[in-house]
Amino acid sequence: MAKIFRVKAKARGGKTAVKMMAKHNMDTGLQKGKDGNLIPAKFLDTVSVSHGGKVVFEANLNTAISKNPYLAFTFEGGAKGEELSVAWSENTGSTGTETAAIK
Amino acid sequence: MNRRTVVKAIAASGALIGLGAMMPRVAVAAWNKDAFNAKSQADALNALYGSAAEASADVMLKAPDIAENGAVVPVSVESKLANIESMAIFVEQNPTPLAAEFGIPAGTAADVSTRVRMGKTTNVTAVVKAGGKTYSATKEVKVTIGGCGG
Repeated sequence: MAKIFRVKAKARGGKTAVKMMAKHNMDTGLQKGKDGNLIPAKFLDTVSVSHGGKVVFEANLNTAISKNPYLAFTFEGGAKGEELSVAWSENTGSTGTETAAIK
Repeated sequence: MNRRTVVKAIAASGALIGLGAMMPRVAVAAWNKDAFNAKSQADALNALYGSAAEASADVMLKAPDIAENGAVVPVSVESKLANIESMAIFVEQNPTPLAAEFGIPAGTAADVSTRVRMGKTTNVTAVVKAGGKTYSATKEVKVTIGGCGG
């Protein structure tokens, strides 16, 4: 599966600032489609970012998060060229793991 | 069941326990169904943290005064409190008020930004759990166009 997250991670002064955005519709399950039927809920419910085997950020999301969810945070550590691992799951049960480089 | 399968089962369970111990410590609990599906903010807060939150100036909530488009409202939560474990964002009048919960492990700054949907003009509340207590900050955001598909 194609990557759903675009991650920009910048290391500066011993800290790494991470901005990430997923390509995801975040269907709430409350909206009606063109055929008048409800579109079933389909949204990202958990996102976990780890660096060097240690979890640095976790998010549990609900349908109230905007389409194409954006998350930004900063953690201590991390250096240019190292890798972040992003694990996500959907309410439908799909999961995925992606990696992104720190710049 | 013969001896062979028993030995295999023991080996497999041993491997599982080892894996569990190696997993990094998780700061937030799994997706809290009761909290995320709660229809009122009080219920959601109770299900998530088990107590009401105390208003505090140490929780900084950044949100616009007027959001033109309720589908995309940028919200940032920042706090200088010590021992922060987790932070949550609530939108009071949404069908399910709890928008997101963030786990903040040691070493991660308590400064998180995201974007939320808002159905109508209402209060946005940031709740921070630090050292076993919960603190909150609230701000009213006026919404011109609702973000729930109208």
